[in-house]
Amino acid sequence: MPGKLKAKIVAGRHLPVMDRASDLTDAFVEVKFGNTTFKTDVFPKSLNPQWNSEWFKFEVDDEDLQDEPLQITVLDHDTYSANDAIGKVYIDIDPLLSIEAATRISGWFPIYDTIHGIRGEINVVVKVDLFNDLNCFRQSSCGVKFFCTTSIPRCYRAALVHGFVEELVVNEDPEYQWIDRIRTPRASNEARQRLISLMSGELQRKIGLKVLEMGGNAVVGYLQCFDLEGESGLVVRAIGTACTLDKLSPGTAPNTTTHTNAHPNTAPASNACNSPSKDSKEPVFSEDLPHPFSGPPTPFRTLPSSTSSPPPFSPSKPCSRQSSSSDTDVSLTPKMGMGSGGSAGKETGPLKTLIRQQTQSALEQREFPFFTLTFFPPGFLVHVGGVVSARSVKLLDRIHNPDEPETRDAWWEEIRQEIKSHARALGCHAVVGYSESTSICEEVCILSASGTAAMLNPRFMREGCLDTGGSDHRLSRQPPLVVAGSERNDTEVGSAWLGFEDASPPSCGFCHIPYDEFNMPFPAQLTNCYRCRRQKVPDVLFTTIDLPAEAAVTGKGCLIQARLCRTKKKAQGEVNATAISNLLPFMEYELHTQLMNKLKLRSMNALFGLRIQISVGENMLLGLASATGVYLSALPAPSGIQIAGKTPNDVNYEQHISTMQKRINDTIAKNKELYNIHPPKLFTLDPEAFTGLNTESLEEVVGSPIPDRQRSRLFRSTSESSDDLSELDLSHGKKDAFVLEIDDTDAVEDIQSLLTDAPLPSGFYSCNTEVMPGIHNWTPSLQMFTSVRVYRLSNANLTNHGLNKIFTELCENLLKTLYFKLRSMIPCCLCHVNFTVAAPEEELIQVAVTAVAMSFDKETQQAADKTVKKGSADNEEQLQFSMELPAETSINQPTTRPSGVSESAMVHSSSRDRCSTWLELLRLKAHTIRRGSVKTISSSERCSPLPDGRSRSLRSTRSLPCGAPVSVVKMTPLSFLPATRIVKYLGIINMFFIRETTSLREEGGVSGFLHSFIAEVFAMVRAHVAALGGNAVVSYSMKECVFMENPNKNQAQCLINVSGDAVIFVRESDQEATPPLVTSSTAADGAT
Amino acid sequence: MSMELDVFVGNTTMMDMNIYQLWLDGLTVNEAVKVRMDEGALLECEANKEVLTSDTMDQFRTFQMCERLLHFPTKLANQLLFQIPSQQQGVLIEKYYEFDCVFARELLGKKLSKGTKKDLDDVSCRTGITLKSCRRQFDNFKRVFKVVEELKGPLEENIQHHFLLTDTLARDYAAIVFFANSRFETGKRKLQYLSFQDFAFCAGQLIRYWTIGAVDSLVEDKDVDLEKEFLHELKDLKVLVNDKDMLDQHKVLVCAALQGKIKVYRLMEANFKNLSRALINLAAKLTHTKDVRDLFIDLVEKFIEPCRYDEWTMAEITLFLTHYTNAAHCLGTFSHQMVWDRYMGVIKSCILQMYHE
Repeated sequence: MPGKLKAKIVAGRHLPVMDRASDLTDAFVEVKFGNTTFKTDVFPKSLNPQWNSEWFKFEVDDEDLQDEPLQITVLDHDTYSANDAIGKVYIDIDPLLSIEAATRISGWFPIYDTIHGIRGEINVVVKVDLFNDLNCFRQSSCGVKFFCTTSIPRCYRAALVHGFVEELVVNEDPEYQWIDRIRTPRASNEARQRLISLMSGELQRKIGLKVLEMGGNAVVGYLQCFDLEGESGLVVRAIGTACTLDKLSPGTAPNTTTHTNAHPNTAPASNACNSPSKDSKEPVFSEDLPHPFSGPPTPFRTLPSSTSSPPPFSPSKPCSRQSSSSDTDVSLTPKMGMGSGGSAGKETGPLKTLIRQQTQSALEQREFPFFTLTFFPPGFLVHVGGVVSARSVKLLDRIHNPDEPETRDAWWEEIRQEIKSHARALGCHAVVGYSESTSICEEVCILSASGTAAMLNPRFMREGCLDTGGSDHRLSRQPPLVVAGSERNDTEVGSAWLGFEDASPPSCGFCHIPYDEFNMPFPAQLTNCYRCRRQKVPDVLFTTIDLPAEAAVTGKGCLIQARLCRTKKKAQGEVNATAISNLLPFMEYELHTQLMNKLKLRSMNALFGLRIQISVGENMLLGLASATGVYLSALPAPSGIQIAGKTPNDVNYEQHISTMQKRINDTIAKNKELYNIHPPKLFTLDPEAFTGLNTESLEEVVGSPIPDRQRSRLFRSTSESSDDLSELDLSHGKKDAFVLEIDDTDAVEDIQSLLTDAPLPSGFYSCNTEVMPGIHNWTPSLQMFTSVRVYRLSNANLTNHGLNKIFTELCENLLKTLYFKLRSMIPCCLCHVNFTVAAPEEELIQVAVTAVAMSFDKETQQAADKTVKKGSADNEEQLQFSMELPAETSINQPTTRPSGVSESAMVHSSSRDRCSTWLELLRLKAHTIRRGSVKTISSSERCSPLPDGRSRSLRSTRSLPCGAPVSVVKMTPLSFLPATRIVKYLGIINMFFIRETTSLREEGGVSGFLHSFIAEVFAMVRAHVAALGGNAVVSYSMKECVFMENPNKNQAQCLINVSGDAVIFVRESDQEATPPLVTSSTAADGAT
Repeated sequence: MSMELDVFVGNTTMMDMNIYQLWLDGLTVNEAVKVRMDEGALLECEANKEVLTSDTMDQFRTFQMCERLLHFPTKLANQLLFQIPSQQQGVLIEKYYEFDCVFARELLGKKLSKGTKKDLDDVSCRTGITLKSCRRQFDNFKRVFKVVEELKGPLEENIQHHFLLTDTLARDYAAIVFFANSRFETGKRKLQYLSFQDFAFCAGQLIRYWTIGAVDSLVEDKDVDLEKEFLHELKDLKVLVNDKDMLDQHKVLVCAALQGKIKVYRLMEANFKNLSRALINLAAKLTHTKDVRDLFIDLVEKFIEPCRYDEWTMAEITLFLTHYTNAAHCLGTFSHQMVWDRYMGVIKSCILQMYHE
């Protein structure tokens, strides 16, 4: 019983008029927690009531404290009829349960109604007195900290990484209960919101318990999702990485700061390498199973069989057998193993796995060596094998007993097992950057999981490392359970792992292959590492993680997307599921091909942050793969793309081909310039010699399981066996062995669409990782945004190809609009661009994007660029140095920090007043940097042309009845805010809202409705953060945005789920005695 | 294929002030897109028409959503829905309340009633301002009027306090409210040549010197009405024309001061009595509401037009009025100096403002 919750209702403002006669409102408030309710007095006839209530006290279990939200309802008193509800506020008090987080919640909250949206605001104060009961931790998990951030939070140090935690809870969806027929939409929505709030509280508590059991004190990379399964129920599930975190003392904090600043791009990055071009199928598995596909890039060997057999369905048989035995569902497909790039794809024996899993003890189930983190301390990752993924199509059935959600548990168990074995096939013992997702349409559900197979440094995992390591990056003091488990299971992997321990040089080690060179899990071309020249590296690497801090990158990166749309016949039940699972491998294959082509077109050799989403609709499947392409200096330069015609005799045709080829070559050359990809001359000059030396085949070996010959596809230009001599000849003859075959018009269009990907407008960069490789000098100016579009396909019988084209155009246009909208922030980078696609109804495609635009400082950027170049090789003559001077550069200490990176943050606000001194500064610059330029606009807030005098006079008059202006709360999907330091994490924000309208037209149509709803969600998130005492949300994400409309009835409904970490940050400039923050820029000055 | 839904929501609400102006001007989305294209928006960022339309629609929607907050600008600072940098809030408000002088001129002195609103389409036709913009401006006038109508204290400060406007704009609104309250006649043909700014200046003078707040700033009273007592006292000025001696003496003094200094001396001398009578009679009549309304038309008909007919220059009028006012102080028997100064001060500056050569 260890908690006393206290709440006080202070005041309200901007309330709506509830009494038409008087144009006023008689408001009072109900405060409810659990089953206890208190009421304030009625404050008559006011739109700005001052209740100033007593403290309402609730004595409750800490278990309830974790599960339940505090529910505040504002009502209008009515003497003669029932009181009208104005709206509600749900306050999650979890942040108050941890000692280190917030101490009280106090502030203005928007009063939210699911029908009317925000209706005024209410000022509330909430406190919790926790009794220091030692037993407390047994019933509940108070005190376990949760972070959405997928890296070790900024002001903590990971003492130990315990590993994977997961949990799910299920319930009936109130929307589908019988009572819903008779209650109002408002009541139904509120029941749903409350239930989900309860469920996520419960889920968090249960996960917390697991963490405590493991000996941890925090969950990092906490990812919670809702599956709205309709009739069959509501599932809330979460995964995360259990850790023991130590709070860094203030003394050590500056170190982190320095680190952050010097490499703002270190945010989340981890080392992972994958060879996407190879197929990761394992012979062993393919023989075991009747299923001929392992994933899109199947080993070449299986090609003949795949063309002949009806591929995807056969493997489903074992599954359906199994599922019938469990009497819950029919799983029709084997999961697809997708090496997005050729990582492992194969099928485990699901039945056996399942049984084994079910009998395993709770402890052993923790054996998934998975990490939801995407960025690790340097040296944590030894090698990266590649992307591993698994998908499974399931038929949903009513969850009969919500207290024992075994079915759903078993489904995920299966998939995780598969992921694990994929990873093992790649010679890896762990999976990092792991995530899970679902797509549901009617009763069909696609479960997906993906991650990056990796080898982790045992030093971080074993006992005593703390003493030997001596580095600040050491992670663990005790043996983490996960590792112990996997070692026990697989001694071979364990030893391999140990063997690699010393072998990896810091900066390129993660690129080296984790598997045995002579016994590769898939055909791949290996080269000696271009940096250390000792270990083997693959030619291409795909990963789901962020770029590791130590990775050496040539040039900049860019967002690469593959988009695909496939029609599907409308069907029901099993037939439908079968059709979907039949389509999946083709989609994955094509997405992969597209990614590969686009990567080569940009002359890059690695993908980070790869996220493949396959979304199911009634009559189509949508596939969207996003990743950030980079040129890893350790990997070989990518080969070009060559086009091969089918009818060589036709002269016109030949000409056409050669024009096309020229265009491709031009594009590649242009992209090289654009992304500044100029690998060290040493290698670029003699790639043939270099590769020849290593008897390397430059050829792309891609086995295609795809029988569809009409599509242009990758194929091996010569013989099919990888050791053939002819390959060698070819590789000497020409570099470009990546061949696109054109055999029909579709193929031509495919290539053209490849080339028509709109180029980035100048001044823009984009990526879907935390930050762009090669950009270091962020200014504090940022803009997080969400954009949603829904398109109606008017033409009912579109071909696959037509659909594809439309879908691609949609995405391209959306990006174009974003660039245009954000043009005032140039030079800027769109970071963490996160697309989600859905087909909510027949003929509807919904695309939602959340990202953050961050300005950077071009001047210092170039200085930094220069240093990087200088460091790597002296071949950067072509680098353009325009005359440039940062407006923000500090005048205070121009001599001590001439390059102005840190200053840009520090004096940002006052910089504008200093125009007069620019010239002076310019002169100074001339000394420190060879060439500079005058930048006339400071990079943020440039849209406020209000003259100073005027704004002052406005401000002076703004002393108003309703109190001080609202404090600014920043939001970002990244784990950090540029040029700032996070000093405190206040707790996790996890909110779920429903909004419904029956007057769609009056609210401005669907766009008006959704626009205001999203704005309302932002407002509520900001209000909660501000009430916790925070000034920013990091790792913000919109997990769910389900939009439904019925224009004929003038109705629409939308559900949104958002999450993030509330933090307090301080500007770097507020810091005392920050050491020289940017070493690189200092070096630049020195160099000049 | 058609776009069913298209939204963009930033954590910081982004508003492009150029598009805001187009929206305020009452353009439709398509018109605004055209304007932007003509202005070369397509050259930026490799935009195309589709992008521009989407952006414009989105901005227009944002403005529309903000509009209800702009109706009560004090709310804008502490509402939670839109995170708008405070500087930009100022610009938003200011621009929203800015109005076209031509439009304001049309409405000056009219009752801000529903009837007037219905006639806005005529105004729109006459001024070339879109009906939508006319309505917004009209609603602004009315809203400001309603809020400050019953408030005590200085009119301009009240407006500034409740609508967070800059000094200049608040002053203009004070004029509008003042005119709407007193219903001054401004629509007559003879007054057409006067601009909004002419009237706004006069209103400023009247508010400053003729209302009750003018004499005693401590008195908490409505600033929109002229001080009754003062208007009553104006009757006493009649002595200046009714008393023959005084009138003659006044003339002598003025003529002595102006001789040789103005070209129109002769005409002035001949007309002095008429001019003086016009000004004094005007003062004496002001107790009647109807005559207060006719203040400006009377000034024009009785004083400005004769002068203009005689081709007085601005400088000459200034000299005349200065000496005319001062001379009265030298009249030994004239005992209403205070009222006289208060009256003539305003009348003089109004005439000077209204006299266009």
